[in-house]
Amino acid sequence: MKHWLASTALALCLIAPAWAQDHASDPNAKPGGDIVVTYKDDVATLDPAIGYDWQNWSMIKSLFDGLMDYVPGTTELRPGLAESYDLSEDGLVYRFKLRAGVRFHNGREMTAEDVKYSLDRVTDPATQSPGAGFFGSIAGFDAAGPGGLSGVRAIDPLTLEITLSRPDATFLHVMALNFASVVPREAVEEFGADFGKHPVGTGAFSLAEWTIGQRLVFRKNADYWREGIPYLDSVTFEVGQEPVVALLRLQKGEVDVPGDGIPPAKFAEVMGDPEQAARVVEGGQLHTGYITMNVTRPPFDSREVRRAVNMALNKDRIVQIINGRAVPATQPLPPSMPGYAGDYAGYPHDVEAARTLLAEAGYPDGFETELYVMNTDPNPRIAQAIQQDLAAVGIRVSLQNLAQANVIEAGGAGTAPMIWSGGMGWIADFPDPSNFYGPILGCAGAAEGGWNWSKYCNEALDDQAVAADSFKDPGDPARLAMWSSIYSQIMEDAPWAPVFNEQRYTMKSPRMAGADALYVDPVSIPINYDYVYVTE
Amino acid sequence: MATYVLRRLVQSALILLGVSFVTFLLLYVLPADPVRQIAGRSATAATVENIRQQLGLDQPFAVQYGRYLGNLVQGDLGRSYLQRTDVAELIRARLPASLLLMAAGIACELAIGLTLGVLAALWRGRPLDQGLMVGSFIAVSAPQFVVGLLLLYVFAVKLGWFPIGGYGTAAHLVLPALTLGILGSGWYGRMMRSSMIEVLRADFIRTARAKGLSRLRVILRHALPNAILPIIAMVGIDIGIFMGGIVVVESVFGWPGMGQLAWQAIQRVDIPIIMGVTLVSATAIVLGNLLADLIAPLVDRRIRLR
Repeated sequence: MKHWLASTALALCLIAPAWAQDHASDPNAKPGGDIVVTYKDDVATLDPAIGYDWQNWSMIKSLFDGLMDYVPGTTELRPGLAESYDLSEDGLVYRFKLRAGVRFHNGREMTAEDVKYSLDRVTDPATQSPGAGFFGSIAGFDAAGPGGLSGVRAIDPLTLEITLSRPDATFLHVMALNFASVVPREAVEEFGADFGKHPVGTGAFSLAEWTIGQRLVFRKNADYWREGIPYLDSVTFEVGQEPVVALLRLQKGEVDVPGDGIPPAKFAEVMGDPEQAARVVEGGQLHTGYITMNVTRPPFDSREVRRAVNMALNKDRIVQIINGRAVPATQPLPPSMPGYAGDYAGYPHDVEAARTLLAEAGYPDGFETELYVMNTDPNPRIAQAIQQDLAAVGIRVSLQNLAQANVIEAGGAGTAPMIWSGGMGWIADFPDPSNFYGPILGCAGAAEGGWNWSKYCNEALDDQAVAADSFKDPGDPARLAMWSSIYSQIMEDAPWAPVFNEQRYTMKSPRMAGADALYVDPVSIPINYDYVYVTE
Repeated sequence: MATYVLRRLVQSALILLGVSFVTFLLLYVLPADPVRQIAGRSATAATVENIRQQLGLDQPFAVQYGRYLGNLVQGDLGRSYLQRTDVAELIRARLPASLLLMAAGIACELAIGLTLGVLAALWRGRPLDQGLMVGSFIAVSAPQFVVGLLLLYVFAVKLGWFPIGGYGTAAHLVLPALTLGILGSGWYGRMMRSSMIEVLRADFIRTARAKGLSRLRVILRHALPNAILPIIAMVGIDIGIFMGGIVVVESVFGWPGMGQLAWQAIQRVDIPIIMGVTLVSATAIVLGNLLADLIAPLVDRRIRLR
């Protein structure tokens, strides 16, 4: 009963119209203050059509806006530059009413023409956007080019009409992706290919300084269209900082948020100190770590063998290897994703049953195989634990520790029998169950070079996925039920062994304030810069 | 002299051409596809092919390499695949920091290494010598990452004498240069010790002593300049090894040099950056060697350049 209540409550949250419950402003929030965030890697680009690293993703979110957005700290959609929208009866024509008086950082007023220009630009093959594929449901996508998208029309300066070629339940999420950010044509044309170094948007912050390899400074956009936002005067990103050094500087009071998180070697120390542990915010993230098994080749062409692998894994022990910074996974979707089947228990850890399955499949003495793994900590250690678990049922695994790009290549080419996804694993682009299917479990991704490293292709499931995405409302319970069913059918076939869902741990300085949810924001990682504030 | 320099410059150019060929070939046969890194995981096959064509990566090796060389001779190092910025601009932004750290690091390792080497040679076989040689052994074999972090922890975090990483002032330079200096000093200390011992045995030293010069004067005026000679040649060769060490030290201290740039580019098969950094480093090594060879006759008149 209690379980029923909880899941109903969850379902209600998910289907409730998103903009009924926008972010309530924090009564204690004070404007002002400057914070320092560190990263190890340099920031590649701040062009919203190009940036696709987890590190520039949240930066771009603070510099730009799209038609849609998320309630801070949640996965609920809310309107961004669009004030409202209508959807036609057949689910094919969206008409967006834009906010009046929104200005770009260069002072010019944003209009529907800018939105059209931005969508045309991101889908134009010449832009080479890694996100172009997300816009596939817009009419005219296949002919996208210098002429623009035929399905996007500016009716008047504040009205935009987008026609789809098929109903797409995820379309509003796509409009909230960074790739759909609105950019001013004149700035893109002025800076050309260097627009990513000279970004101009409508966001809560603008770029004030960028010293390559050293720091970026974001300054508060005083004319931001959301009243009273952001709170901070500036955010300074210092790059090239080793995570261990960033933590030392945090302890010294020189850094407010170490962007790369708490280094594994220091995790126990930090969490063991009550004063420091109190400043660590823990939250879920839309991530799953999994083992893929290439279903096109023996021995993993046998479903029994793949199930045996699932049962051989001691996921609790693997989670311990990463200091317990994860929860064992039962299915491809992470628990915080709509459509997650809370009542599905997954495969139990059962060595005897696994041996029986292997014997049934014709491998009573097990077999030899290879596990590809990315060569950065903690992945090789996790792979060793997997190796030991599989050895216990007779599967002798040799490890291939390689650089990320080499593992991805082997996965795409289908030459890797097994891959541990760590370091390359799927973190959702947007909080919708469909995002875990197409590229990594659907037939489209199983082609040569795709990200479906199991090469699993079940056309019946592809049809169900299309049906599920033809709903008008992404949160429709019937739709989410369809997705739950798709993923449980996948688990029947077991092309993956889901291992764990990583938890996020964001550490902050004592002066950083604002709701905890802002520090583990599911779409703005590590933190939501627009809504956090400082107390001194 | 002029013909010598000219000949060496031509040789250097050929070496660089060879380096560019080998690196380009290695990147070409590498089982990793840069286009996939650019296109991202949600890209359709059509997007991937389109990017491959735009970048000319669908062309055969000879065409790709030819194009690269053609641009290179015009001073164009290409654009980074992932940062979408001119490689020359990225290198220009980071080269000064690397050169500064390199110069300071070499100065540090020479200052420490030569001093200790001379002391060890003068007190050869005594406890001081033995202690220094054990120390140099530790210095040579210590991992840069550990030494860097240790110095950082003690002098920046605990004592607060220096900033915790970063770039900008002389204070920022001390710890990274010292880390490089300590690590290199073991090597130079040993070299200097054996070189000094050899020179101290030479006849002209005995002559100098015999004509009544003070011990200090003999060491400073006669022994030292001769003993230092092989070390200078070493510095030129050492620049290559030094470049490797600098990557780690830059990363520990958040020093915005080329090492960090190269490391990130390698992770993500950003070929134009890898090529650019390799060529710039190779140029530094080749020029370093050339310079060492040119300086040698100025220090020792017996050396003739031919």
